[in-house]
Amino acid sequence: MATTVFMEALSPTMEEGRLVKWHKREGDAVQVGETLAEVETDKAIMDLQARADGILRQVAVAEGQTVPVGKEIAVIVAPGEAVGATPAPAPRPAPASASGSGERGAVPSVTVSAVAPADATRVKASPLAKRMAKEAGVDLKLLQGSGPGGRVVRRDLEGAESRERGAVPTGAPTADAARDVPLPAPRSPDVPGARASYDDVPLTQIRKTIAKRLATSLGPVPHFFLTTEVDMERAAEARDALNRQLGDRGKVSFNDVILKATALALTKHRACNAWFQEDHIRYWNEVHIGMAVAVEDGLITPVIRNADVKPLLEIGREAGDLADKARSRRLQPHEYTGSTFSVSNLGMFDIDQFTAVINPPEAGIIAVGSIVQKPVVVDATVLPRRRMRITMSCDHRVIDGATGAGFLKTLKEMLENPLAMLL
Amino acid sequence: MPTLTYRDALNQALREEMQRDPSVFLMGEEVGVYQGAYKVSRGLLEEFGPMRVVDTPIAELGFAGVGVGAAMAGLRPVIEFMTWNFAVLALDQIVNSAAKILYESGGQVPIPIVFRGPNGAALQLAAQHSQAWESWLAHIPGLKVVAPATPADAKGLLKAAIRDDNPVIVLEGEMLYNTKGDVPEGEHVVPIGKADVKRAGTDVTLICHSKTVVPALKAAEQLQEQGVSAEVVDLRSLRPMDEETLVASVVKTNRCVVAEEGWPHCGIGAQVVDIIQREAFDSLDAPVLRVTQADVPMPYNKQLERAAKPSPEKIVAAARRVCYLD
Repeated sequence: MATTVFMEALSPTMEEGRLVKWHKREGDAVQVGETLAEVETDKAIMDLQARADGILRQVAVAEGQTVPVGKEIAVIVAPGEAVGATPAPAPRPAPASASGSGERGAVPSVTVSAVAPADATRVKASPLAKRMAKEAGVDLKLLQGSGPGGRVVRRDLEGAESRERGAVPTGAPTADAARDVPLPAPRSPDVPGARASYDDVPLTQIRKTIAKRLATSLGPVPHFFLTTEVDMERAAEARDALNRQLGDRGKVSFNDVILKATALALTKHRACNAWFQEDHIRYWNEVHIGMAVAVEDGLITPVIRNADVKPLLEIGREAGDLADKARSRRLQPHEYTGSTFSVSNLGMFDIDQFTAVINPPEAGIIAVGSIVQKPVVVDATVLPRRRMRITMSCDHRVIDGATGAGFLKTLKEMLENPLAMLL
Repeated sequence: MPTLTYRDALNQALREEMQRDPSVFLMGEEVGVYQGAYKVSRGLLEEFGPMRVVDTPIAELGFAGVGVGAAMAGLRPVIEFMTWNFAVLALDQIVNSAAKILYESGGQVPIPIVFRGPNGAALQLAAQHSQAWESWLAHIPGLKVVAPATPADAKGLLKAAIRDDNPVIVLEGEMLYNTKGDVPEGEHVVPIGKADVKRAGTDVTLICHSKTVVPALKAAEQLQEQGVSAEVVDLRSLRPMDEETLVASVVKTNRCVVAEEGWPHCGIGAQVVDIIQREAFDSLDAPVLRVTQADVPMPYNKQLERAAKPSPEKIVAAARRVCYLD
């Protein structure tokens, strides 16, 4: 029996996907779980896997083409099965050559008319699976349902929990994705050779998501901002001492120290480590720090899980790995979801101070500026000191002024006296 | 504990209740001199005499009506039908008299009557004599319906039925009469309205009653070999139905299969599914599946009859499906 291959929702917020590269070609044998194609979602490049054994046929989407989630993009048929016998709902354009197999990789560029399967974006899950997902705080959309019609059932969640805890699925990140869509620049037809008066650049998937996500934050979420200036002299001394000791075993950055101190301060201010959930507030007992990373055409916040209990070196290593992955668009969904509080650091861009937009449903984010030498009065003497400004954005539905200030005070104390982190 | 056949367990219940209460009497076709078509009333005529063990003409509506009248007058009749297929003729007395009189008399006239006899298919008795009537009977407010699967439950539920002040239907099984099991001596009364976990398990609940308990237990053994732990819940009482036990089991296993001898449409299983979906909705990992008789009159042909009936294989297949194994 033929199995239709759909553009699947490979990230929680994905509504359409761009087919970056086919790993299998028309007529290739495929097995369940094998990578059929790489798809650029709104967040990353993900593998689209085969859900049936058989032969890949009727490849209807060319590399580079963007199609909505739920769109039929190919079928998998049993060996020897007539392609015409497939239940494909959409009429097919006649292949250019009768055999079709002669042109490997050549795909009909005609878009298949959208007789889309009934709402493929809806997640089907058993009532039990829904309840378990809710209790575990797992997003059902991130799971691959193993039940009939892709229904998420208990065993899928049991799998998900263990995946969350450890092993990253080994989707082979291969082949440099040709993600730069060539765009015909508008030209003024009257002035030959003249520079275009403007460039219309279609929103990339990630830019669309940023636009959508952030508009749901600063608008609906009642933000307020708290700024404090931190004396970083002792943090700098501590960092230098640590790096001397570490030698070539690693390096601790200011960012690592800030991530760690933030996580520790949150353990003492649980009210700031929370999600606003419309009818309730979820106070997290674990601290998962989202770390804003600038990528080529946007930003993404990979997550350092349980940052409060991880050693500085490990935080540094993870932050580095995640940032690299983010820049190469290879983050897996579990690596950029589930943060409980975020840190955005523009210190390296010489920004003194800025405000960051909260990443819902989190209730807070800190914006970290650069460390600058300033004249500061210390014991009635003006001394040069390294100072850094931190601005916290708070969701007033969760955090009140004094609550946020209390957290910020603890964070400041920890940075000004790194030994306080041991308390 | 003595081992008895199902028929002897029923016989023991009748004898003990007739000894215990002189208002209890047995009436039906061939219950006296012939000692019952299935020998359930063996020795009772000899012990209690023809006033309390009454042979009737072949007239189900008539003797059922006599029984209802006797109950109105204060006796505790036990009406035996040679099979429930014949009792269809007596349904007017059961449904319109026995089930209604307490209600229509404003609670003044209780009808403490038992209607009992074999129900469902035996072997090659063909379409008219192989029918499972429980969903018809359990549909009626004013009746209680029990369907024991084991000798011990047969004794305990028949005793409870005789002592109950309401009309109680006791559904027995021709294929069960010869089955054996341990039966507690003397005062062993199984309360009406309590299901029984016949086998404990963790992965899937098999809900069944009467004869289907046997294939369900066999299915559970086969499933065990396949690594699936099945819990077998015997309804025992079809009205009232023990929601608590059913729900507790499904909350534990998250998956459920209901097996019954009757036809699928509006069957007992449909009622069970109603309970499960309503009371255990958030515990369900799969839709509840049912195993029933095929939706056709029972074929006479042996192979077709086997194909039409619920079987361990069909229950195993359904259980594997709700566990998403197939």
